[in-house]
Amino acid sequence: MAVDRERCCGAGNCVLTAPEVFDQDDTDGLVLLRDPAPGAASRDRVQRAVDLCPAGAIRVG
Amino acid sequence: MTQTTQTDLPHWPPVNPASSPFALLDDAERLRLADQAVTRVQLPTGATAWLVTRHPEVRQLLRHPAFSSDLQRPGFPLLRPLPPEVTADSQGAFIRMDGEAHLRLRRMLTAEFMIRNVRRIEPLIHQTVSEALADLAAAGPPADFVSTFALPLPSKVICHLLGVPYADHDFFQSRSRLLLNRQVPMDQLQHAAQELREYLRSLIDAKRARPDDADDLLSRLIRERVEPGELGVDELGGMALLLLIAGHETTANMLGLSVLLLTRHPGRYALLRDRPDLAPSMVDELLRYLSIVRTGLFRVATEDVEIGDRLIRAGEGVIALLSLANRDPEVFDDPDGFDPYRQAHQHLAFGFGMHQCIGQPLARAELRVALVELARRFPDLRVAADPQELTTRDNSVVFGLDALPVTW
Ligand code: HEM
Ligand code: SF4
Repeated sequence: MAVDRERCCGAGNCVLTAPEVFDQDDTDGLVLLRDPAPGAASRDRVQRAVDLCPAGAIRVG
Repeated sequence: MTQTTQTDLPHWPPVNPASSPFALLDDAERLRLADQAVTRVQLPTGATAWLVTRHPEVRQLLRHPAFSSDLQRPGFPLLRPLPPEVTADSQGAFIRMDGEAHLRLRRMLTAEFMIRNVRRIEPLIHQTVSEALADLAAAGPPADFVSTFALPLPSKVICHLLGVPYADHDFFQSRSRLLLNRQVPMDQLQHAAQELREYLRSLIDAKRARPDDADDLLSRLIRERVEPGELGVDELGGMALLLLIAGHETTANMLGLSVLLLTRHPGRYALLRDRPDLAPSMVDELLRYLSIVRTGLFRVATEDVEIGDRLIRAGEGVIALLSLANRDPEVFDDPDGFDPYRQAHQHLAFGFGMHQCIGQPLARAELRVALVELARRFPDLRVAADPQELTTRDNSVVFGLDALPVTW
């Protein structure tokens, strides 16, 4: 899984959806990956985060 | 030929009012517009634009880089002609910018509004809500919920965040009320905007003259962006004004309509008090169901793009209709029903794409705290007016109630 900080617009939907996987940088508010290989328990939430990201900044696979 | 086809086009914004504040459109009008994913409509200026009404197409449109938010671009779908001053006054207003210019300013604010920081200021939201509840209690019963609670609350919160001194809150509040009042003539409106702009400018100057380590948004941006030369003072003033305007009427109108909706079924209203754990998802369902940005989001195409089988040509205007997308039956079961248990996270009430509301963590927190505390403090709150007596702000950008008499 990867996030594209150049695209991210910091709306934070990913953090709201899967806080165990995503975080936002303290200084610029842009996305950070806490866990690049999230476990099965997070799969649905990660998929939802991909879907909800307004900037298309999260890729899985 | 074009003349006759144009008069047949549906008008946008719609001419006939909806039958209730919770029906998005007049029934016949809705049938006609929801019939296709993309429909040509006629604007009050006589120009035409494409109205996009379904969830997938609205997402596609708002995430596509070939649509501009810059209302000075030729072809931008306007509801009324632009006043001439707009160019000089638009510094810092990144909601109307595209690409790098937009991201440059937006990114200076993303950390301020991220969830973690909003959590940090939650005590401040609680305190402001308590004060507003006390004001409501002192004003009635009965009292107007909109002017005593819903409008002052977000304005006070943004004052605290920006670092507006307490002594100036009344000035700030009265001028921003004017800005939101549709009855006020254009010249008074522009005067109020000018006063606010000048006030913010002098506040910024004062903060710069007495540098300190104050922990508010303006002081931080001055230290980190203005003094190093990355950001102009007029840009900062424009950003502050945008935050004030974008977060004020939206949050206020959500509060008023939410109370009207929830108190119609006492069980729902009681749910806020008895199941506060449900409140976050209920807030999202309220955002979806009420979809207050009802005239939609306006853009102009900068290239030819296909949206929902329609070729939109460069230079043509488009309107993303968030409200109908939020009632798309392919995405939401029983879309016209309000369901407090629904997981409505796919709603588009905050928009989508690079301009998606930057204030959404703050808006969600304000709505949740305000509604839960209201239900605790006023468990018997009810509307003290017949539904038909309530007037709505139909064609303003943000839909809402003019007033909401309540008693308890
Ligand atoms: C329930 C309340 C709110 C709703 C429904 C709402 C809705 C929206 C929508 C639909 C947009 C997208 C505009 C577009 O794409 O053209 C937007 C943008 C914006 N909102 Fe909100 N908003 C709310 C509260 C707030 C609050 C509390 C603030 C801040 C204090 C705020 C600040 C902004 C800003 C600055 C933008 C522009 C973002 C950009 O262009 O990058 N909003 N809002
Ligand atoms: S949802 Fe997308 S745009 Fe928003 S913070 Fe996460 S990665 Fe960035």
